[in-house]
Amino acid sequence: MAKKSTQLAIDTRPWRDTSNNKPFVRIKNVTKKFGDVLAVHDVSLDIYKSELFCLLGGSGSGKSTLLRMLAGFEQPTSGTIEIDGQDMTEVPPYNRPVNMMFQSYALFPHMSVEQNIAYGLKRDNLPKGEITDRVAELLSLVKLQDYGRRKPHQLSGGQRQRVALARALAKRPKLLLLDEPLGALDKKLREETQFELVKIQESLGVTFIVVTHDQEEAMTLATRIGVMNLGEIAMVGEPTDIYEFPNSRFVAGFIGSANMVEGVVTEDEPGHVRIRSNELGCDIYVGHGVDCAPEQLLWWAIRPEKMSLSREKPVPPHDANVTSGIVEEIAYLGDISLYQVALESGKRIRVSQTNSVRGNPDAITWDEKVYITWSDSSGSVLTV
Amino acid sequence: MTATHTPTIPPPRRLKPWNAVERGLAKVGISGRMLVLAAPVLWLLVFFLIPLAVVFGISLATKQFGRPPYSPLLTTEEGTVQLTLHLNNYIRLFTDNLYIAAYLSSIRIAFISTVITLFVGYPMAYAIARAPDRWRNILLMLVILPFFTSFLLRVYALTGFMRGNGVINQFLGLFGIEPLVMMQTDFAVYVGIVYTYLPFMILPLYTTLVKLDVSLFEASADLGARPLRTFLSVTLPLSLPGIIAGSMLVFIPAIGEYVIPSLLGGPETLMIGRVLWDEFFTAANWPRAAAVAVAMLLAVVVPIMLLQRAQSAVVER
Repeated sequence: MAKKSTQLAIDTRPWRDTSNNKPFVRIKNVTKKFGDVLAVHDVSLDIYKSELFCLLGGSGSGKSTLLRMLAGFEQPTSGTIEIDGQDMTEVPPYNRPVNMMFQSYALFPHMSVEQNIAYGLKRDNLPKGEITDRVAELLSLVKLQDYGRRKPHQLSGGQRQRVALARALAKRPKLLLLDEPLGALDKKLREETQFELVKIQESLGVTFIVVTHDQEEAMTLATRIGVMNLGEIAMVGEPTDIYEFPNSRFVAGFIGSANMVEGVVTEDEPGHVRIRSNELGCDIYVGHGVDCAPEQLLWWAIRPEKMSLSREKPVPPHDANVTSGIVEEIAYLGDISLYQVALESGKRIRVSQTNSVRGNPDAITWDEKVYITWSDSSGSVLTV
Repeated sequence: MTATHTPTIPPPRRLKPWNAVERGLAKVGISGRMLVLAAPVLWLLVFFLIPLAVVFGISLATKQFGRPPYSPLLTTEEGTVQLTLHLNNYIRLFTDNLYIAAYLSSIRIAFISTVITLFVGYPMAYAIARAPDRWRNILLMLVILPFFTSFLLRVYALTGFMRGNGVINQFLGLFGIEPLVMMQTDFAVYVGIVYTYLPFMILPLYTTLVKLDVSLFEASADLGARPLRTFLSVTLPLSLPGIIAGSMLVFIPAIGEYVIPSLLGGPETLMIGRVLWDEFFTAANWPRAAAVAVAMLLAVVVPIMLLQRAQSAVVER
């Protein structure tokens, strides 16, 4: 979630200035093995106060295990977890300043909504009056004032989700862990709830760590995203970094859609790189230096919206960055159309075009020969 | 293949032999559903309700010598049919202290046994429900295993443990402890009932506990509850249906238990099952025995109904 630009960037993005900001959650070389299975492998991660950090990954990527270790349900096989400067590695869940919102919500079925929310407060032995006030406050925060006496099974999925959130927030935790918080909601409700969640997080200033497999959700919610793959952190960065500047083929392919081709470095200069790609049937001219060597085999990835289609052959600079093919498939998505173009090498490239003209009679259509072109800074050169 | 051929003709309807039967029955007003329901109804009628009615009838007769050893309810005399109902069997149940004492003692023994069984069975059921998958079936099998030998044999085997020179006393003797008197006491009856009915407590408890979502316990811990608090506030209330079902399965048969008190109990162990046996076989007083049986049935049915109501209330919540 992008912050308002009127705020000072340095205030809202503490991770950009690591020398002056102490991380709030510090995961150091954490490894978790279940028998012989390596669920989390040597993960180190710093998360700052008031962040909304998303752990993004497919199933079995270790993201949930990492979250469960933060909650204290699992013990790391090795490594340490620090929260607010205190070593929490050995602390049982009931003594951690951390609360979790479960994927299944885990609402106590035999208790009313109020009793569910009050459960954690009762464990702190707060006076009755204070508990009642806090419960009322939380119910209004999640807009369920009239539902306090209901049982969980009398609520809809979205209402249960909000009760779970209220219960997790009741003890004013320093850190809130959310396991697929929107996973069980339908698409429309999910979109509404996303913004609600961000609003609550911003107004309370609690640090959120969200586990999700839904990249769109991660992009919308997160201040930063940690992409996980096979128990390791593949990349950590702001949503735009992850999307525009992926650091590996895995991240480029996992986030959004990307066209990926193999190529060989033919020119390696400090100011530009030229890559010859047989798959693409042309040279790729990259307008900045890349850490590589001549004759090195590497990969080049480009997003569909970073390319454009034309019937006439454009005249590109540097005699590169243009190739041609036949339109094979067109997917009309309303705002954009997605073209699948078959190149001479047999490689298929996806290009998206904005439908800026209504009912365009002159739109590129099936079986047409088209030229694909892109600018010299549109793609990402990937060496791993 | 092109999409020109689409099967529009349905396959020929096969004539099923039972279709004709079904149509025939439908003409008389009998549907398949009725037939399916009829089987258990018929079974209950023939093997439960009719015998029960017979017992109830006998309980309203008086003892007499001959065959059958009770007076007929209906007699024909000078062309009139007379119905004679003797209520003195029931009156005796309430006036003779033996019966009241036996009922109360049965309920007390059954109740205490049920409580002990619950305390022994709950941890076992919990452990099995939380055991790793591959262990669970083995452990459940071990719980059911005693059923593979005769009940009578198992109760006899207990005497080998508890008698004067039995296994327990011999073991205690190694430490110079005087032999304990266990046989022919209420203690032995409790041991027998708890041992015999433990599986009936464990199995329903296990089925409720195994269904509980582990994340509920995690949520409780996450909200600051220590393990004991989690057990009292989450596990226990959610396993109430299992507790009720298990207690019912132990309490009800324990009230009428005959074999265990007569093999393990002493002369002062008074249980209604033994009284019934004595009335029937020793005193040969069928009507009195029948009245005891009917009264026992009522004593059992009332707690069942109460517990069932409590259980459905729990389920509704």
